[in-house]
Amino acid sequence: MSLLQLDNLSVTFGKFRAVDNISYKVEEGEVLGIVGESGSGKSVSSLAIMGLIDFPGKVTADQLSFDGKDLQAMPEKQRRKLTGSDIAMIFQDPMTSLNPCFTVGYQIIEALKTHQGGSKKELKKRAVELLTQVGIPAPESRLDNYPHQLSGGMSQRVMIAMAIACNPRLLVADEPTTALDVTIQAQIIDLLIELQRKKKMGLVLITHDLALVAEVAHRVIVMYAGQIVESGPAAEVFSTPRHPYTQALLASLPESASGKARLDALPGVVPGQYDRPQGCLLSPRCPYATDHCRKEEPENQGSLNRQVKCHTPLDTQGRPAA
Amino acid sequence: MSKTNVADSALILKAEGLKQHYHVKQGMFKPEAVVKAVDGVSFNLEKGKTLAVVGESGCGKSTLGRMLTMIETPTDGQLGYLGQNLLTLSKSAQTKLRQKIQIIFQNPYGSLNPRKKIGSILEEPLVINTDLPKADRKAKAISMMEKVGLKAEHYDRYPHMFSGGQRQRIAIARGLMLDPHVIVADEPVSALDVSVQAQVLNLMMDLQEEFGLSYVFISHDLSVVEHIADDVMVMYLGKVVEQGTCEQLFDNPKHPYTLALLSSTPQLSPEKRRLRIKLEGELPSPLNPPSGCAFHGRCRFANERCKSETPVLKLDSYDESEQGHLIACHAVEEDRINLAEEVA
Repeated sequence: MSLLQLDNLSVTFGKFRAVDNISYKVEEGEVLGIVGESGSGKSVSSLAIMGLIDFPGKVTADQLSFDGKDLQAMPEKQRRKLTGSDIAMIFQDPMTSLNPCFTVGYQIIEALKTHQGGSKKELKKRAVELLTQVGIPAPESRLDNYPHQLSGGMSQRVMIAMAIACNPRLLVADEPTTALDVTIQAQIIDLLIELQRKKKMGLVLITHDLALVAEVAHRVIVMYAGQIVESGPAAEVFSTPRHPYTQALLASLPESASGKARLDALPGVVPGQYDRPQGCLLSPRCPYATDHCRKEEPENQGSLNRQVKCHTPLDTQGRPAA
Repeated sequence: MSKTNVADSALILKAEGLKQHYHVKQGMFKPEAVVKAVDGVSFNLEKGKTLAVVGESGCGKSTLGRMLTMIETPTDGQLGYLGQNLLTLSKSAQTKLRQKIQIIFQNPYGSLNPRKKIGSILEEPLVINTDLPKADRKAKAISMMEKVGLKAEHYDRYPHMFSGGQRQRIAIARGLMLDPHVIVADEPVSALDVSVQAQVLNLMMDLQEEFGLSYVFISHDLSVVEHIADDVMVMYLGKVVEQGTCEQLFDNPKHPYTLALLSSTPQLSPEKRRLRIKLEGELPSPLNPPSGCAFHGRCRFANERCKSETPVLKLDSYDESEQGHLIACHAVEEDRINLAEEVA
């Protein structure tokens, strides 16, 4: 049984489908990378898993289950218990996701108290333990600090400490290092992966940094305009992309260009609410698009392990199939 | 392009020992502290070349950019533009020359006035600095919009109607309105998605070719820097720790900080992944910088000398083949860095 299973999850805001029928699974101890440009629905889909989509947003799914338990069917109260303890999330901007009015210690203990309870002394001891685990020096004195007294990297460590406070089995990290410097990013990612291995957590790593996903993820999902366009083992997807969008994303990275040549930039931008094309959503930007692509939406092809949503998936040479 | 004979002199911008020290009050009875945001930076920038400045946030790279465009006056040092020292000129002469050094800011959402139409955003530099009549200004704005890949009908639109990539194009167009020779680009693509980032980088390289522009490219993204730069300067806590050509820095990095930066950058291809030199800790506070080499607290090669003596930027005496590759490190000077040992 998979830890997390989504089947045809959609999130709509009025007429706009921010997430459009996505399905994926996360196994225990697996690192799943979700990549895509801004506006591709990466964050909204993770908020839907956490049950954080408010009105007017609407979440529908054929299946949305955690460890075999149906998250949609269970009462709100029970779901609240699950999220935060068994499923935890780390948000993008550590500076704004901590409450500036309370000390770091108060906020960590609050999470512990809600889900586990215990005496004041025990809770404090556990909070110190957590801060030690995430590599914060002098944790006892840090408990009394307010968020503004911490640097970005430190705040993100505190967020991670809060997320792992109740030993979650699934951790959703939404752009956990985007706001940080590279050296700090390396520290935080190493920490996350180390914790993930030690606790055998499932980790969903949402990012727009393809290279980062290539380094740490087992499997990767590429999203475009709310849909999953390609998924598969990370090494395979990055070495032989089958969807033109994945190919274009990889080609537009400066490191794939040799010397000072021009980069292969994908023209245009992700379609928004009002300019969604007919047929395949990538067709206006896709170099291989045919009339068929512009009229009809492609189906998912391939096995569950390696899927691609394209009429003419690319072969190993990176050319579209005839 | 401009009528001044830039072509004759390859050297456009020359900085020598640029310093920016801020005085910070710490409380009523405490003495004022000095933050050395930039502490003695020197470089030469030639026509049509790109100098990249890299480093973590707080290392002074943006302050350097603001000094080059004279948004802030350096507290010490010399800034030569085509042989004239910009800092000692009269106010009116300064105003004339400042037009030739323009800046593009990081966040295209914050750097364009939301109440102004694109047309008036682009024409504003002309209104302030030239006496072109209205029709000419408009013609110039529209031709510039076409150069950066915008359409003429965008002239009457407001910034909120554009995507991030298009806004950055507008910001670039605005920077080019006064026919500058030097563009200081402060993290121009870090707020953009990869596919849009590639579009903007291509545009910047095309414009560089067309107008013979020189760029000072401030960035923390090393893969972008490797792609676009001719020369690279690595800064740490206000000081340059390593300086050289792009090839020297990326193929043969020497300073432990540069090594750490390179190895922290995620790499797509497994072959290119370098050994991880993990940096402990964070950038120290510039209010209270460490003694000696500012990097010694995070450096695994540090010894007693590093703690007490500040290293100076100089050539590596063990590697004489490397012309102009400057490093400020005692460990490199004493040849104490042995990476082969690290792998084992």
